[in-house]
Amino acid sequence: MNYDPDTCIIWRVRIVIPTEERARGCCRALAGGLVWGPHAMMTELSGAEGVTHREGGIGAYLRHVWAVAEKDVRAEMRSKEVVGTMAAYSVLSAVVFGLAFDLRVPRAELVAPGILWVIVLFAGVLGLHRSFGSEVDRGTLAGLLLAPVERSAIYLGKVAANLLYFLIVEALVVPALLILFDVNLVKPIVLLGLLLGTIGYVGVGTLVAALTSRNRARETLLPVLLLPVLAPLFISGVGLTSVIVDGRADAEAWPWLGIIGLYDALVFAVAFLLVDVVWENS
Amino acid sequence: MSTLANPSRTDRWFKPLLVFDVIAGLAMVTVMWAGLLYAGDAVNLAGEEQAAQRIFYFHIGSNIAALLGFLGSVVGSIGYLFSRRMVWDRWAAASVEIGTIFGILVLLSGSIWAKPAWNTYWTWDPRLTTATITVLIYIAYMLFRNGFDHAQTRARFASVYAIFAFLSVPLTYYSARLFRSIHPIVFDGGNEEAQGSFAIGPTMGQTLTIATIGFALLFFALLFHRVRQFDAEARIEALRERFDE
Repeated sequence: MNYDPDTCIIWRVRIVIPTEERARGCCRALAGGLVWGPHAMMTELSGAEGVTHREGGIGAYLRHVWAVAEKDVRAEMRSKEVVGTMAAYSVLSAVVFGLAFDLRVPRAELVAPGILWVIVLFAGVLGLHRSFGSEVDRGTLAGLLLAPVERSAIYLGKVAANLLYFLIVEALVVPALLILFDVNLVKPIVLLGLLLGTIGYVGVGTLVAALTSRNRARETLLPVLLLPVLAPLFISGVGLTSVIVDGRADAEAWPWLGIIGLYDALVFAVAFLLVDVVWENS
Repeated sequence: MSTLANPSRTDRWFKPLLVFDVIAGLAMVTVMWAGLLYAGDAVNLAGEEQAAQRIFYFHIGSNIAALLGFLGSVVGSIGYLFSRRMVWDRWAAASVEIGTIFGILVLLSGSIWAKPAWNTYWTWDPRLTTATITVLIYIAYMLFRNGFDHAQTRARFASVYAIFAFLSVPLTYYSARLFRSIHPIVFDGGNEEAQGSFAIGPTMGQTLTIATIGFALLFFALLFHRVRQFDAEARIEALRERFDE
């Protein structure tokens, strides 16, 4: 660990920081505004040590992604504001759907695929807007962006953390639907579709959340911006789940997986190109 | 920023635009004449359905204009991100606004036609789904633009969103089509492609061309005015800032 407390290299520019106190402030900003002891700060920085040179190949890049993701997950483990809310909302939605469709729908299999994806879609919006919302509220976004790492690494770190939250919530929703609707969604293809769909959702959602974080109406605007762009993912997800729930041949599910995969590939390619634009001069 | 140098300069676009407006207006009159009077009746349709078929020219014309708006938003956004000149952003924003109006007209005229032809105002046909989602994206784009105070930030963020939106639309179409083709046909006449279709005669083909050109001209006339308005807005803003100093 070659951390020098007197200097801190920010974004290709070497800035000499006179006092140790200043350096500590810089590191605190890097750590996302969490209260760290000096030792924890050093550890955090060591995760991003290749950064000081802004080189070091793919390994260093992945370490930066990991550092951002780990910071988010650690903050979440302490505050429990995102996963808890998303999980409670998801189970609540499943119950509401159960009440809405009970006695009206002859077989729950008819609506279960739609219910699964609607819950994922709406619960996801709740989590995504906290991803940058909490940073903006605490004023730590600027600190995070000052970290001398590629902007795309920050983006991918956020994506990784959000993906983890989503998967935890989905691990609750699928059994909840089994209990409430007696529809078993634990099938390999459904789970694969859910995983790929979630990856695409988080990819586009994290970027749109970053876009709306600077907007005056961010909480209300995020779903309005996000849901129409997610239409292909939603349609494909429901289509894929329906194929399996209806007990049709697995081969019919492959085109859906193809669309979801194509969506994921496009989203990440474009996000990778455009993420620098989102955070330039900020 | 050359306009700033001499704010009292007369607007050199005024006269050309006036001429263009008159041309677009005459073109639209021609479209109405051709669509309602000149074009022959659809021979294989009868009664209400035959009368409703004439909305087709209006529908396709609006569709062309909406498509131009959609393309304009992407071209303007990519142009802005590469050149960083605000003028591209104004073209993108104006395209979206005008395109949305025509997009809503496409949906309305389609629904009016669909009732006699399909016996329902609405169905989740891939084209209908895609058109609706696209209009919703446009509306989201306009709401999004409203929430920024800083013009450059607004331009940058709106451009990013417009590019994402552009990518998702073809995928929406393909997924909606796949959804339909695999999905069982629920009610009689669920196969939309077969319902209310008609053979195109010579006068109908000519009318279609006239409608396409007429609506494209109308689109550009409205677009030029909106861009000019945006330019004036930016100029007032810049002058106000200079005045405050």
